[in-house]
Amino acid sequence: MSRNLDVSPEVSDVVRAADTAKADNIKRLWNKSTPYWFVSPYLIIFGVFGVFPIFFMVFLSFHHWNPVAGLGSMRWVGLENYELALTDPMLWQAMWNTLVMALLSGIPQHLVALPMAYLLVSLGAHARHWLTTAYFLPYITSTIAVSMIFYIMYSPQSGLINHMLRALADGTLTSWAFGWINNFMPIAWLQENSLIRYSVSFVVFWKYVGFNIVIYTAGLATIPNDLYEAAKIDGASSFQRFRYIALPLMRPFIFFAVTLTIIGNMNLFEEPFVLTRGLQTAATNGMSISNYLYRVAWEWLDMGSAAAISWILFLVIGTFTGLYFWLFGRKGLEGN
Amino acid sequence: MKLKTTAGLALASFGLTVGAMAADIRIDGFPDYDSQLNRILPAFEASTGHKVSQLMNNHGDHHNKIATNLATGQGAGDVVLIDVGFVGSFVDQGGFVDLTDRFAPHASNYAEYAVLQGRGGDGRQYAVPVDLGPGVIYYRRDYMEDMGYNLDEVMASWDSYIAYGKELKEKHGVLLIGNAAAIAAAYINFNVEPGNGLYFDADGNSMVTSPRFVRAFELAKQVRDAGLDGNISEWTEDWYEGFKNGTFATQMSGAWLLGHLQNWMAPDTAGMWGVSHLPGGIYGSWGGSFLGIPRQSSNPDAAWALIEHMISADNQLAGFQNIAAFPAHTGTYSDSSFDEPIDFLRGQQARQMFAEIAENVTPVAPHRGDLIAQSLVIQTALEQVLNDGVPVMTALRTAEAQIRRRVR
Repeated sequence: MSRNLDVSPEVSDVVRAADTAKADNIKRLWNKSTPYWFVSPYLIIFGVFGVFPIFFMVFLSFHHWNPVAGLGSMRWVGLENYELALTDPMLWQAMWNTLVMALLSGIPQHLVALPMAYLLVSLGAHARHWLTTAYFLPYITSTIAVSMIFYIMYSPQSGLINHMLRALADGTLTSWAFGWINNFMPIAWLQENSLIRYSVSFVVFWKYVGFNIVIYTAGLATIPNDLYEAAKIDGASSFQRFRYIALPLMRPFIFFAVTLTIIGNMNLFEEPFVLTRGLQTAATNGMSISNYLYRVAWEWLDMGSAAAISWILFLVIGTFTGLYFWLFGRKGLEGN
Repeated sequence: MKLKTTAGLALASFGLTVGAMAADIRIDGFPDYDSQLNRILPAFEASTGHKVSQLMNNHGDHHNKIATNLATGQGAGDVVLIDVGFVGSFVDQGGFVDLTDRFAPHASNYAEYAVLQGRGGDGRQYAVPVDLGPGVIYYRRDYMEDMGYNLDEVMASWDSYIAYGKELKEKHGVLLIGNAAAIAAAYINFNVEPGNGLYFDADGNSMVTSPRFVRAFELAKQVRDAGLDGNISEWTEDWYEGFKNGTFATQMSGAWLLGHLQNWMAPDTAGMWGVSHLPGGIYGSWGGSFLGIPRQSSNPDAAWALIEHMISADNQLAGFQNIAAFPAHTGTYSDSSFDEPIDFLRGQQARQMFAEIAENVTPVAPHRGDLIAQSLVIQTALEQVLNDGVPVMTALRTAEAQIRRRVR
């Protein structure tokens, strides 16, 4: 027996109306959700590769895990990984190396880029475009390729740098001034612990100075010409115009560029890694925190400890950036 | 109807493809093993019907990839090649198929020390040796014999070896070795006390402050301080140049260095080289490779069939001919090719010497902390001693404290 037989026509109408309303609701919901279906591939990919790893890394940093043994072998160790990392002399050494290399490469980047950008802007549009492109080229070249070229150039026996120094030391016209270099030959730029930080820093400086020049050139283009002209009429020299007009108005750009440098340099990985041949030479002084992180994770297969180190690195970068914002933030963002 | 037929055909062909793929296996390795595989795989495919593909990456990337594959439970080949340096860290972690029963009938044919190296802490066989690295020292004959030095006297002990280096430097301006670090590594690798591992004793305690390590570091330091090495990093252009130009007179390594020297590193120096036992006549292993089957392999039977093919006497000899991979199969050592003189070594019948070393190497027990210890001792502590003047015992004690914390 069917239940419908017991239902009066009025009730049947109500049920039909309810069904229609339900269908309408579903349709409306479907229509509303359409945009989300379109963006869902991005959301899924971002969730899987962006959000999930962050939470997984927090989870991982409280475990001891050798990846070779599979996911099932994770062992809860609480704060042991953090304690291990913070009392690890190698981590502190890596931290110090990173800081030194960040400063050695970072400060000259801006000290050179700012006047250079000013000079380029003064040269006029045509020269500026060509030269900016030339300076920007190292930035868009693969870091690995750049590091490998420098690795060959730094080679003690066959490298271009030592060849040039030898030529200067032995040259008939130059030997009186550069003869002393022969006492130090061959200079092991990447094998000597005392030299490696300078050698790595120079590569980083060379690669990123062009990027900063482009930022500063763009910044200088925003300064109205009237200001320079008025200063000129008042008798301001070229240096004075740079010092009293360009520099103060460039503050937001300097602030932006320096923030990027702090974050980038504290994350330094490829340059020291390639130049030390995967940490095989001069590792003590050439190893950055990211390099150490890689060694703990992929050479020593201790993923939990590596996760803890990466959170420590995150906090360090956060602290430095925060400190910079606190010290220069208000001035840096003046006018914005 | 047409649509149904097309869909049916597509489904059938997909099924067939999947079926055919299921029978396929893949081997993951590093060069120059592809040269060897290209020659020996056609016979395997013809006899078994399995199609074998290869995935070759450079040495470092290959081992990183295996670690990732084992961690995620997918992506590894059915057979993977593992360098001896990684065996301790890899096989003891449970990611590989237990090959004990399958390998048992063959085990007695392979160098005992290498068989033991492929075992986990539970005594089961997880990796099978496919080639060995009998430890030797290559030397320039033109500096040694042509200049009137006696090889046996030079190699009598480490002291006589260093004394030779001093004379070479003073009288002829030639360096003893490219990098003093190789001397420390050789001494550590080749003087392992029976029953111990390279860095850990049988109970898993660190040994890096033991007399073996102290002496190794002191020897290397002695060579560096006397200016007998060039502080040239191995496997770099400068190192290859050193071989070509005769910048240094000796180099310790596995027997396999011969293949690299004569094939691409310094082919023009043929006839200038000789090979000898290490100073003091010690035996040891320097390098070597293993084969394992990851547990994620969907076809472990076919994978084992491939391993059996690769470690068979004939293919071991083929590997020796093709890529100078020294056979792990000791039954091959009686082959006539072992008596052949080697032109590159000025006609020396060196293979007999390699075989004799392979059969006399003291077994070294692998330990899961070997990779950590190796980077803390050889890369960090030794570098501090040689380059920064840190006292030997200080550097070793620091390394030991680090190892104790890191090997958990």
